Amino acid sequence: MKKSKTLSENPFSKSKVKGDGIKEKAVVGLTQLAVILIIAILFIILGIIIYQGREKFSWEFISSFPTDGMTKGGIFPALIGTFILVIVMSIAAVPFGTITALYLTEYAHEKSKFAAAVRFSIRTLAVVPSIIFGLFGLGFFIQFIGTGMDSTFNGGELRWGQPNILWASLTMALLTLPVIIVSVEEALKTIPRELREASLALGATKWQTIRKVVLPGSISGIMTGTILAVSRGAGEVAPILFTGAAYYLATLPGSLSDQFMNLGYHVYIMSTQSSDVEKTMPIQFATTLVLLMLTLSLNLVAVVIRSRIRRKAK
Amino acid sequence: MNSQSPIKQTFTKESLKKQFRLSEFLSEKIITSVAFLSIAIIFLIFIFVFKESLPLFSFGNKAKPNTEIQSNTDKPETYGAATEELKPETYGATTTEELKPEIYGSEPVSNEELKPETYGESKKEDLSVPLADEPMDAVSENKEGADNTWSTFFSTEWVPVSDNPRFGLIALLIGTLKVTIIAILIAGPLAILAAVYTSCFASNRRKEIIKPIIEMLAAFPSVVIGFFAMMVLATFFQDVFGYDSRLNAFIGGVAMALAAIPIIYTISEDALSAVPKTYTEASLALGASKAQTAFKVILPAATPGIFAALLLGVGRVFGETMIALMATGNAALLSANPFESVRTFAATIGSEMAETVFGETHYSVLFFIGSLLFIFSFILNAIAEFYVKGKLIKKFQGK
Repeated sequence: MKKSKTLSENPFSKSKVKGDGIKEKAVVGLTQLAVILIIAILFIILGIIIYQGREKFSWEFISSFPTDGMTKGGIFPALIGTFILVIVMSIAAVPFGTITALYLTEYAHEKSKFAAAVRFSIRTLAVVPSIIFGLFGLGFFIQFIGTGMDSTFNGGELRWGQPNILWASLTMALLTLPVIIVSVEEALKTIPRELREASLALGATKWQTIRKVVLPGSISGIMTGTILAVSRGAGEVAPILFTGAAYYLATLPGSLSDQFMNLGYHVYIMSTQSSDVEKTMPIQFATTLVLLMLTLSLNLVAVVIRSRIRRKAK
Repeated sequence: MNSQSPIKQTFTKESLKKQFRLSEFLSEKIITSVAFLSIAIIFLIFIFVFKESLPLFSFGNKAKPNTEIQSNTDKPETYGAATEELKPETYGATTTEELKPEIYGSEPVSNEELKPETYGESKKEDLSVPLADEPMDAVSENKEGADNTWSTFFSTEWVPVSDNPRFGLIALLIGTLKVTIIAILIAGPLAILAAVYTSCFASNRRKEIIKPIIEMLAAFPSVVIGFFAMMVLATFFQDVFGYDSRLNAFIGGVAMALAAIPIIYTISEDALSAVPKTYTEASLALGASKAQTAFKVILPAATPGIFAALLLGVGRVFGETMIALMATGNAALLSANPFESVRTFAATIGSEMAETVFGETHYSVLFFIGSLLFIFSFILNAIAEFYVKGKLIKKFQGK
C-alpha cells in the first residue's frame, strides 16, 4: 500500500521518493559491505598466514623430519601420513559414493520412500559433527571390529584393536561420503537423457547403458568429488583425534595397523601442547600454510573441473 | 517399412516381456544395497556412540555392564570381570611399549597445561565442600560410581578427574550456548546480507566472482581457522577490548562465525535465488525499488530457506571441535561474561577422550555427550529438511 503511494505521480510524495533514494543506496550499500567484509576477512587470514609462514617455508621444511622435540626441522612424516590417510580414504569412499549416487539418479523412482530415506541419511551424514565420527570410529572400528579381529585372527594379541591408519581412514571416508555423492550426482544429472535413451533403444540393457554411457560421461564428476573429499579429509582433524593420529613418530608408518602423523593434528598439537609455543611460532605458521595450500589448491582444481562440467551441460 | 513384415510376428506378448538377466538383476540389487548402507551407517553411528555410554544407564553395580559389553565383542575370557584388568585396556596404545614414549610422551605437558586452567578454581571449592558433602558422597558414590553420575549432571561443576568426580553438564551447556549465540549473531546477519547482495543486487559478473570466493572460506580447515583465531585474533581483540583471559568465548564465537558463514551464505543464497522470478517482476512492475523488492518481497518469501540455513549454521557451530579446542580457553567456568573462557561439549570430548580409561564412568559420560550432540544435530537437520522445505514448497506452489 505504502509503496504504491510513494511511487505514484503525486507531487506531495516527491520528498519521500528522494528519501527512499538515499535509503535505497544505504540498504544496497549495507549488503555490499557485508560481502566486502567477508572477502576482506578471507584475504586477511590468507595474507597473515602466508606472510608469517613464508620464512620457514622451503623444500627442506617439507622434506625433513621434525627434530629437537619438534622445535626444529620439518613436517615430512605429517605430510606423508596425510597422504596415506586420504588415499586409503578415497579407496574406501569413492566406489561407495559413486554407487550410491548411481542408485539415486538411475535406479530410484522419483517418489520412492527408500530413495528419500537414503537422501535424508546422506544429508544427516553431512551435518553430523565431525567429533561424532571420531567417537564412532573409536566405538565401532577400534573396539568392535578391531578387537573382534584381534580375538579371532590374532588370538587376542593387540594389533587392530587400537588406533591406526586404517580405522582413521575409514572414519574419514564416512565423513567425506556426502561430498562425493553430491558431486557425482550432479555430474550424472548433466548427462543428457537422449544419450541414455539412444543406448536403451539400441537394445542395451540398463546396466550396460550405465557402464558404457553414463559412467564414462561422468568421470570428471567423480574426480571432482574425489578431489573435494580429499581436500576435506586432509584438513579435518577431529575424527582422527582418537582413531589414529600420533603426536610424534620417529619413523614413517609401515603398515595399515600403524599410527601416523597428520598435518592438521600437527598444527593443533604444536600450537596447544608444545613445550615452547613462542619459539616454534614460525614452524606453526609454515605448517598451517602448507595445509592451507594443500586444501585450497585441491578445491581450486575441483572448482575448475566443475565449471567445465557445467559449461558442457549448457 | 512396408516391405516384408517378419518382425511383426515376433512381437508376441511373450517376447515383449522383459527378459530376465542375471547380471542386470545382480547389479541392481548390489547398487540398491550399497545405497541402503548409507541409511545403515546413520543407525550404526547412533547405536555405537550410544552403546559406549550405556553403563551410565544401569543404576547400581558398575562392573556388571562392563562385562556385558565385553561379551558382545566375543572376548569374555580376556576381559573377565576383574577391575584391575580394565586399566591397561585404555584402548590399546598405552600397552604397546614402542608407542608409549613417542605418543603419550606429550601427555604430561598437556596435563600441566590443562590443569591450572581447568580445575584451578574448582579445586579450591573442593576444600570447602568435604565438610558437608563428602561423607555422604563417599558412601554412595565411590562404591557405585554410576549411581551418582546422573545427579551430578545437573550440577554446574565439571571435574571429571578427581576422587570425587562431578560431571556437571550445565557448565558445558552454558559454554556451548554462549559460543553458539555469539557465532550466530555475527555470522547470521553478515552471511544473509551478503547472500541478498549476491542474489538480488549484484551483476552476473560480480556474482561469478563473489560466490566462489566466499565458498572458498568453506575450504579452510577448521584447524586453520582455530589456529588463526588463537594466534592472531586473540591478541588483536585483547588489545582492543583489554579483557583478562586471552582465549575466551568471544574469540571462539568469532572464529566459529568464520566457519558458519559459508554454510549460511550458500544455503540462503540458494533459497533467495529459488524465489520465482514472477515475484520480483510483479514487485518491480508495481514500481517498488530494487531494495524494497529484495527486503519486502524476496527475503520474506525465502524466510523458510534462510531459517534452514541458520539452523544448519547452528548445527555446525554447536558441534565444531577444533576451533573450540584451540580458541575458547577450555575452562568450564560458569558465568554470563562473554569474555571468559568456556568449554564446549565437543571440545570436552576432543580433549579428554585420550586420557580416559576404557569402561570408566568418565569415558561413558563423554560418549553420552557424544550421543547428545548426535541427537541434537539430527533433530536440527530433520527440522531443516521436512518442516522448512515443505513450507517453502507449499508457499511457492500457492498453498
